[in-house]
Amino acid sequence: MSSQPNGAPTVVTGVIGSDTHIVGNRILSMSLEKAGYKVVALGALTPAAEFVKAAVETDADVILVSSLYGQGELDCRGFRELCVEAGLDDILLYVGGNLIVGKHPWETVERMFLDMGFDRAAAPGTRVETVLGWLAQDLAARRRAAQAAG
Amino acid sequence: MSNAALLIDFGSTYTKLRAIDLERRAVLASGQGPSTVTTDVNVGMRLALEDLARRLGSLPKFRVRLASSSAAGGLRMVTAGLVRELTAEAARRAALGAGARLVGTFAYRLTAADLERIAALAPDIVLLAGGTDGGNSEVILHNARALGASRLDCPIVYAGNRAAWDEAEPLLAGKEVLCTENVMPELNVLNIEPARAAIREVFIRRIVQAKGIDRARGTCDAVLMPTPAAVMEGARLLAEGCASASGLGELVVIDPGGATTDVHSIATGAPTTPGAVERGLPEPRVKRTVEGDLGMRHNAATIAEVAGVARLAEDARLPQHRVERLIGELARDVGRLPSTPEEHALDRALARAALRVAMKRHCGTMEVVYSALGPVNVQTGKDLSGVRVVIGTGGVIAHGAAPLELLETVLADPAEPESLRPRAPRFLVDRQYLLYACGLLAQAEPQAALELALNCLEEPVAEAAA
Repeated sequence: MSSQPNGAPTVVTGVIGSDTHIVGNRILSMSLEKAGYKVVALGALTPAAEFVKAAVETDADVILVSSLYGQGELDCRGFRELCVEAGLDDILLYVGGNLIVGKHPWETVERMFLDMGFDRAAAPGTRVETVLGWLAQDLAARRRAAQAAG
Repeated sequence: MSNAALLIDFGSTYTKLRAIDLERRAVLASGQGPSTVTTDVNVGMRLALEDLARRLGSLPKFRVRLASSSAAGGLRMVTAGLVRELTAEAARRAALGAGARLVGTFAYRLTAADLERIAALAPDIVLLAGGTDGGNSEVILHNARALGASRLDCPIVYAGNRAAWDEAEPLLAGKEVLCTENVMPELNVLNIEPARAAIREVFIRRIVQAKGIDRARGTCDAVLMPTPAAVMEGARLLAEGCASASGLGELVVIDPGGATTDVHSIATGAPTTPGAVERGLPEPRVKRTVEGDLGMRHNAATIAEVAGVARLAEDARLPQHRVERLIGELARDVGRLPSTPEEHALDRALARAALRVAMKRHCGTMEVVYSALGPVNVQTGKDLSGVRVVIGTGGVIAHGAAPLELLETVLADPAEPESLRPRAPRFLVDRQYLLYACGLLAQAEPQAALELALNCLEEPVAEAAA
């Protein structure tokens, strides 16, 4: 968790893999900043390892991964393991976008990403407000757990 | 009022002097003596001054006497950061930019074995970085605690997470510590100038004295910086010009030495390919890289390893076994100057290989990534393809008969389109080894220093190649 308990939570954002779709990610980053988060925006074409390295250096609380080009499953495989390897066991991981190609019910896709170790997966068309709501809720839960642990 | 300046390089082998006529912007004479820093710096200095006096008839009264130093192993530095590609890399660049000789680079938590190694390396300065401002503080605090408890007694420059400084300071109690701005205040924002300035300050205040160079204060006004930093200042002045005169614009200086090959670029390195996406840490406009495995003498064997003995042999037009043998001899006798035609041919081939590889490593690359929207050009590092001037300095370029034959190997190669090396620069040769002197003089008389450099750099002549 962030080294400054009273400071704004730090969120790393970016578009994973060989994906250049930056617009949605930029809108999300701007909204997060407006909502008071410290945003570390990595932009398009970001390898998984770079998200993790950025999160280590900035002591981030959350990583938000965007993927719009249908290769999300391949790009995100092993993401949680990378985080654990880098000592970020507790970091919140969200993923969102057009995560895989082909027609699959959202529940299947969501299950797939939750099984990979993501805490939340956002379906296409998810509103920014929804994501902000999740963040507030999940970060509060983390804080409570941290306090309970002493 | 005297119109002469004396610029001194307390080198590892020689004490080198350049006497400059400030009015005519010309070199009066050069003098040289042995390097005697390990015993008494003044012995070598006196011999160098006597040499200079012989050439001049008598010594003028000097208005300015400034020195740089690469003696006693240069400015030996160790850097420590958090993530290897982020703050650890930023710290590395800051140290190189300050003219240091990097003897160790560390990332993540320093272990007991790391601390042993650092103590054995006996650095002059440790640069401690890690964490963006407000970012990770755990690792830099761990490292501060470890360094604080170690037997290390060199100055430490703290250039990491500012939010952790209040906690780090007491952990480093008992050490000489200088706190400066973070080398990476925000992710992927490089801020190495303050660390560079802090390193230079420690150099002037402490290192010059620790190495005994301050004993030369009777014959020199100030030892301002490590010699590689003076070369970089010379390059910067030539590129940027000064208030009253314009410079040459973006340029690269390449310096193949006995132990390393240094490359300095003064250029933004921004993409020249339209629409290219830049990846990785932003590049400093003033950048120095040091290739520790490309040295004409101490590291001739590694040049052969990197370039391939077969390629060297072909370039030198010598049989492979001869090349292997000659390189073995060089390693045993690093002070050797080429005398036979064979040795000259090998030196030329070694220099060409060192220059080619060093420039390739300094310049960035462009690769094509196929995305859902089609191919995208992704640039990593500096694009120096449009740089207009490349300056060669250092013994083998300055003294060689055909500097153009050496320098042309740094050019972009159609067989390696991904490497962003200069395409069609103008070449200049620093035959009198003046760039360091201009860098020093720039601190006192920038316009004279600039005009001196512009007067003394030579265009290599193609005919000499025959």
